[in-house]
Amino acid sequence: MNAESTIARNHQDTGGAEYLSFRLGDEGYGVDILKVQEIRGWEPVTRVPNAPDYVRGVLNLRGAIVPVFDLRRRLGMEPVAYGKETVVIVVRVQGEEESKSIGLVVDAVSDVMRVTSDSIRATPEFGARLDTGLITGMVTAGERMVMLLDVEGLHQAQAADPATEVGAA
Amino acid sequence: MSIDMEQFHQVFFEESFEGLEVMEAGLLRMDGGAVDDEEINAIFRAAHSIKGGSGTFGFTEVADFTHVMETLLDEMRDGRRPVTPNTVQVLLRSVDVLREMLTATREGASPDPEQVRIQQAELESVLASPGTAPPEASVDAAPESREQAPEAAGWHIVFRPHPHMMRTGNDPLRIIRELAELGDLQVTGDVSLLPPFSEFDPEECYLSWDLHLDAPVDRARIDEIFDWVEDDCDLAIMPVMIDAPREEAPGPDQSRLSAVSPPAERRVGERRSPEPRRRQERRSGQASPSSSIRVDIGKIDALINMVGELVITQSMLSLLGDDFHMGQLGRLRDGLAQLDRHTRELQESVMQIRMLPISFTFSRFPRLVHDLGAKLGKKIELKMTGENTEVDKTVIEKIGDPLVHLVRNSLDHGLEMPEERIAAGKPETGTVELNAYHKGGNIVIEIRDDGRGLDRDRILAKALERGLVQEDHNLTDRQIHELIFQPGFSTAEQVSDVSGRGVGMDVVRRNINELGGSIEIESEPGQGSAIIIRLPLTLAILDGQTVAVGDETYIVPLISIVESIQVRREMIHLVAGRGETIRLRDDYLPVIRLHEVFGIENPRATDLVDGLLVVVEGEGGQFGILVDDLIGQQQVVIKSLEANYQRVEGISGATILGDGSVALILDIPGVLRLAAGAGDVDQLQQSA
Repeated sequence: MNAESTIARNHQDTGGAEYLSFRLGDEGYGVDILKVQEIRGWEPVTRVPNAPDYVRGVLNLRGAIVPVFDLRRRLGMEPVAYGKETVVIVVRVQGEEESKSIGLVVDAVSDVMRVTSDSIRATPEFGARLDTGLITGMVTAGERMVMLLDVEGLHQAQAADPATEVGAA
Repeated sequence: MSIDMEQFHQVFFEESFEGLEVMEAGLLRMDGGAVDDEEINAIFRAAHSIKGGSGTFGFTEVADFTHVMETLLDEMRDGRRPVTPNTVQVLLRSVDVLREMLTATREGASPDPEQVRIQQAELESVLASPGTAPPEASVDAAPESREQAPEAAGWHIVFRPHPHMMRTGNDPLRIIRELAELGDLQVTGDVSLLPPFSEFDPEECYLSWDLHLDAPVDRARIDEIFDWVEDDCDLAIMPVMIDAPREEAPGPDQSRLSAVSPPAERRVGERRSPEPRRRQERRSGQASPSSSIRVDIGKIDALINMVGELVITQSMLSLLGDDFHMGQLGRLRDGLAQLDRHTRELQESVMQIRMLPISFTFSRFPRLVHDLGAKLGKKIELKMTGENTEVDKTVIEKIGDPLVHLVRNSLDHGLEMPEERIAAGKPETGTVELNAYHKGGNIVIEIRDDGRGLDRDRILAKALERGLVQEDHNLTDRQIHELIFQPGFSTAEQVSDVSGRGVGMDVVRRNINELGGSIEIESEPGQGSAIIIRLPLTLAILDGQTVAVGDETYIVPLISIVESIQVRREMIHLVAGRGETIRLRDDYLPVIRLHEVFGIENPRATDLVDGLLVVVEGEGGQFGILVDDLIGQQQVVIKSLEANYQRVEGISGATILGDGSVALILDIPGVLRLAAGAGDVDQLQQSA
């Protein structure tokens, strides 16, 4: 709690935000750290029948049932085998009525970085190859480029995804 | 007074709605012809409390209206007015109007004045019509029942508090002050009862007053002032007519006061003290629809005891853990066993708190049956048993509407008209029974009538007409009964405003399924029909059968399971080469392979004979679900998948198993839909 309020203050002080960055293959991504609930190691989850392929299943997060999405599959990337570095980032997103928790499987977490709003660049169009709707912008962190992820969109798009209409399964 | 009354309003409304329920229930019993003094008293007291409360809080419309009702009830109570069906009907309608007034008032709106005026006029016309009771009584009643007579130019009030009045928190001075606000007041005090100073008790009231109010105010205004004290004093309120010289009034009135029970003060003598009155209302009262819950103190005590035990066990275990060696293994086991037991007991006690008697739902039916019976011209007797059967609050809230629908159906379609019944050799009065009881972890609610039963031929004809079944199908009774649960199915010959709009049974079934329950029909042509609803006792916990398919574990609600069988080769029959059915006794059951429907990898059993078949009851009949293995039965706590994810077809929720992993709970109707949607089991719909 204390750390969170410190961060919140940092946000105000600098006009920027802190992002948790993580890797998917060679690419760097970031999520607003205020949305991150916790980071946990990958452990097997319970599969949900007839769900889209990126939904790995559900896990027990201290009594709550939380869905776990494979972020690679969600973004249309090639899946990889999970290893020792594979982690689940549990994010809290604002749903239509209430906030929901979602677990995101990523290759590895990197670090926490500060991003000022003027350093964020717009996302270039990649055409149909990549769904850029989930990327709110890009920043350069040292040598690397980090794409900032819209976690709310992750959840909403998932709700509207026709693949979840299981009748056709 | 400058006290903020808002905080009491909630209580007032709650008690008033309870009072209305009491009145309604009492009136309905009186309507049956049995007039019991205690019944009328109870109704009167309820009306009186509402009047008193509404007067206190300044809801004058409510108070005025209730006052007229009270006057009528008062006459009935004294036997000065016979209890006629007409009077009871008027009073019942008045209860409805009063309920609307109270509802409007609670929401800060003002009640519909027109409706109130009409109903009040009706009440007053009943009051104005002479009763057939002994003449001398009605003469005596005149001054009081006509108390709103306009000719009173003032009032003469003899107010003699009982010695204990001040202990009830009432101050005579305050009352006199309030009276003085109404107009010119002349007060004559009577100190004759004042004892010698040595015997004087400062907490007793020895004084009495003779009051002349020189203002043409309503009798109700004066009643209002004395409302809280009328049980604690001798009170006589007499109008002073314009032509009546005031000096004459005191003489006869004084003597009346000292008489044993003169008519003008009979309210005094017959009143019971307020304590028992209040208690009685509480006991027989029904709760208004609020989100609070009244819990029996016994349940809370049990809970506190349980928590105490749990704390002891916990401290015992933590002591053990501080300095553990293998020699203490036995004690550890004992401790854990104790913890297990206490946790389970605690869980049960907590669940008990949410349990309410089903009478909360049943209580609306006497009125419904009464009104509907009158409307349909049928004679109906309603029998209710097991009203005290307890069930989860959520179930109570959600089962109400389906039950109303089913009871209406029974009254409208099930029971015949009196002539028809006599012709069929049945008693003229039809019977509808509502039973509730516990059976095997479920609550069962039955609605039985002794009417004509379901009309097999008409249902079938209707189903053919709608294309729900094919001509050449030979359907069992059970399958025919299933048909009425199809959307848009109504066999009523005429669409009445009572039921028969065809939005019925499918919605009823859906609601009951949503509660995790099931519904079935038994019917005997000419003898009547019964609708049997089974519901889980609680929505938070479910008795489940854990099953394994491949590497996955699922929970099947025990309430849906009919039996589990091992399939033998000779039981398998192919239907048109497309799918298998299992012959079980006389039924052919369609088979759903869970691994196919849910896309489970590496199932151990793909052949029916390798696995186990869980026979379940779903919409449209029984079917078998093929699983690899049965693991065990256990109570599971239901967790929502939608809280963080979304609805999943075929899954009603999730639970957490003992090892911390998540297992999904099957939604049987959903699984059936999935299977049907997959085109896998066409024969499902045909044989169902």
